[in-house]
Amino acid sequence: MNQTSTAPVWQTIVATVENKPGVLARVAGLFSRRGFNIHSLAVAPTDDERFSRITFTVDVEGTPLDQVVKQLDKLVNVVDIQQLDPSESIERELILIAVEVGDRRKELMEIVDDHRAQVLSEGDDTIMLSWSARPARLDELEERLRPFGIVELQRTGRVALPSLDG
Amino acid sequence: MSNNPSNGGEALVKALEFEGVEVMFGLPGGAILPVYDPIIESSIRHVLVRHEQGAGHMAEGYAHATGKPGVCMVTSGPAATNVVTPLADAMLDSVPMVCITGQVPLAAIGTDAFQECDTTGITMAVTKHNFLVTDPQDIPRIIHEAFHIATTGRPGPVLVDIPKDIVDPVNPRSAMTWYEPDSVPMELPGYHPVTEGDPARIAEAAELIAQAERPVLYVGGGVLKARAAEPLLELAELLQIPVVTTLMARGAFPDRHELCLGMPGMHGNYTAVTAMQQSDLLVSLGARFDDRVTGKLDGFAPTAKIIHVDIDPAELGKVRQYNVGIQGDCKLVIEGLIESTKALGASAQADRSEWRSTVSGWQEKFPLVYEQSAPGDKLKPQFVMEQLRDGNPSDTILCSGVGQHQMHASQFWKFDHPYTWINSGGLGTMGFSIPAAIGAKAGMPDRRVWAVDGDGNFQMTAQELVTATVEDIPIKVALFNNSYLGMVRQWQEMFYDERFSEVHLSDHVPDYVKWAESMGAVGIRVESPEEVAPAIAKANEINDRSVVVEFVTDARENVFPMVPAGATNSEVVVDPSQQHLLDGRD
Repeated sequence: MNQTSTAPVWQTIVATVENKPGVLARVAGLFSRRGFNIHSLAVAPTDDERFSRITFTVDVEGTPLDQVVKQLDKLVNVVDIQQLDPSESIERELILIAVEVGDRRKELMEIVDDHRAQVLSEGDDTIMLSWSARPARLDELEERLRPFGIVELQRTGRVALPSLDG
Repeated sequence: MSNNPSNGGEALVKALEFEGVEVMFGLPGGAILPVYDPIIESSIRHVLVRHEQGAGHMAEGYAHATGKPGVCMVTSGPAATNVVTPLADAMLDSVPMVCITGQVPLAAIGTDAFQECDTTGITMAVTKHNFLVTDPQDIPRIIHEAFHIATTGRPGPVLVDIPKDIVDPVNPRSAMTWYEPDSVPMELPGYHPVTEGDPARIAEAAELIAQAERPVLYVGGGVLKARAAEPLLELAELLQIPVVTTLMARGAFPDRHELCLGMPGMHGNYTAVTAMQQSDLLVSLGARFDDRVTGKLDGFAPTAKIIHVDIDPAELGKVRQYNVGIQGDCKLVIEGLIESTKALGASAQADRSEWRSTVSGWQEKFPLVYEQSAPGDKLKPQFVMEQLRDGNPSDTILCSGVGQHQMHASQFWKFDHPYTWINSGGLGTMGFSIPAAIGAKAGMPDRRVWAVDGDGNFQMTAQELVTATVEDIPIKVALFNNSYLGMVRQWQEMFYDERFSEVHLSDHVPDYVKWAESMGAVGIRVESPEEVAPAIAKANEINDRSVVVEFVTDARENVFPMVPAGATNSEVVVDPSQQHLLDGRD
């Protein structure tokens, strides 16, 4: 990890798209041909099976945000598009992480309890955890677990909804 | 077609008839075979091309000339990849076009079947939208959606990929019950083009214009797509503001009008380039600040405020930040600007007399010039272009390939009517001219259609003259043969120390006269100035077949003015004979 550079500023974009074959390829293809970088992407059907929701995060520094939104909006299969202000939205991401236990089980379990992570599976020398939280908190957990030795790791990419009023 | 279709193939042809298609351009093959059977009974005229790229460019030429969507139909695999270039061309120039491609049967998709390619995947980036139809019952609706998307909002190409089994009557999967395409709702929940401009922004724009002392109307192809030439003329005359027309907008404002400055950009004339550069307000109407217009962006029109009108909201602010941005159809927005300007009253307009006299001063000082050829020298392309202009009525449709001849055509022709200039502006597709001219002539059979072409271009698509002969769509070709890839030669001369690399074609082959004759056209070779006008007149007398007039031109002749790549528009290079007039400019 590059320690010297300033942390990137992420912007979250949520697109409601038609739930049809090839729509994700259209969206991903648009990003690549216009030179926009996707940091993370999560996609799944909504409560209305005709539509899926795609949550992207892009680096604000390297991406003309206005163009990303307008070009995405031009895709015929994109029904709605929103930029979510981090201060007015709830963001979550899930991590699955397998860690070496070694002789530091007690220390490891303290971290697990601290974060209220879930133990999903235990092997002879490894343990698999899951946790869902704000993406920045997942980064923290990851850093705390790194010294134990990360065997495998998968994050889902963030999903987000606007905060509720009141 | 008399009876109601009962299978996908018949339904496809009937749906095309329903959309008002009169002419389509194509070439059959394995996967699209079942659709070609009902074509025999159809009211649609099918023009059989010699190469699928020709079908695509013909559809484009047809669309440019008529304003109606161009239609082409080809088979799967290599035929589909052959239309990728015209699709990309139509995408960049916003040409309404519907392309039908055959596809291997549904069950074979993804198996690397014979003549299979991922057509929707390949064309995703070069179409406004594409469809892979999987149910014959969807065909009428999807064809209707395809025409709707191609012709509304910012026009563009739409491709419909049709697997063989759903159109083949011997396959039970092709069975369907016919319905009229517009009798069911379209299923396009994400497609809602906005055409009306925001009245508040229009009023704001009218006020900004009123205050401007050095304004320019910067007119792009969107004005032609919106069929807004008439209100544009009214707006320009009402405001007495000079007009530049980009390469895609030539003819949108009459060249002979006193307010017309002609084409701006890399090979624009000095006045058009400089007026934009020194203006205090650019009113961009359906233009997109293309790099060929702006030159080096951070030095472009540095003192100008920007009003940007475009039907595509993604164009607003994409290249240059605007002061007032209006999303809307150019015709509706221009009409709104006329209304708002009238409401402000004539007294609200700033005094622009000094600006007008500055501009007309440039026009007098820097006309387009060239040196006439010395006796025995080869023809000057500019001279030929002037003779071609003077030998034809102003409503002649002029199609062009890409390169020096294209720039000379745009510079020296006088475009006085909209839809008389058809060229490949955005993609810069060599070989565009001949098929586009055939498409234009198919759509406008009573109009005279000339294709201007270079020898490099001609060798890419000339075989479509066979199509023109067999299908009885006679066009006229002015072939500027300088034995070189001329524009590349010019760049090598100017920017690569005259090191000419791979630009010399041949002084001897092909024999264009024989080639033309072998394709059923008349071939005429012209080598001296006094032969030029008679050859054009002779070509114009022949109307029962195509004519190729080969003008043997001087390869040393370059296109000026020119803004070198990477330079700002303030550094425009004019004809060498005028360059001394620019000494001491800042």
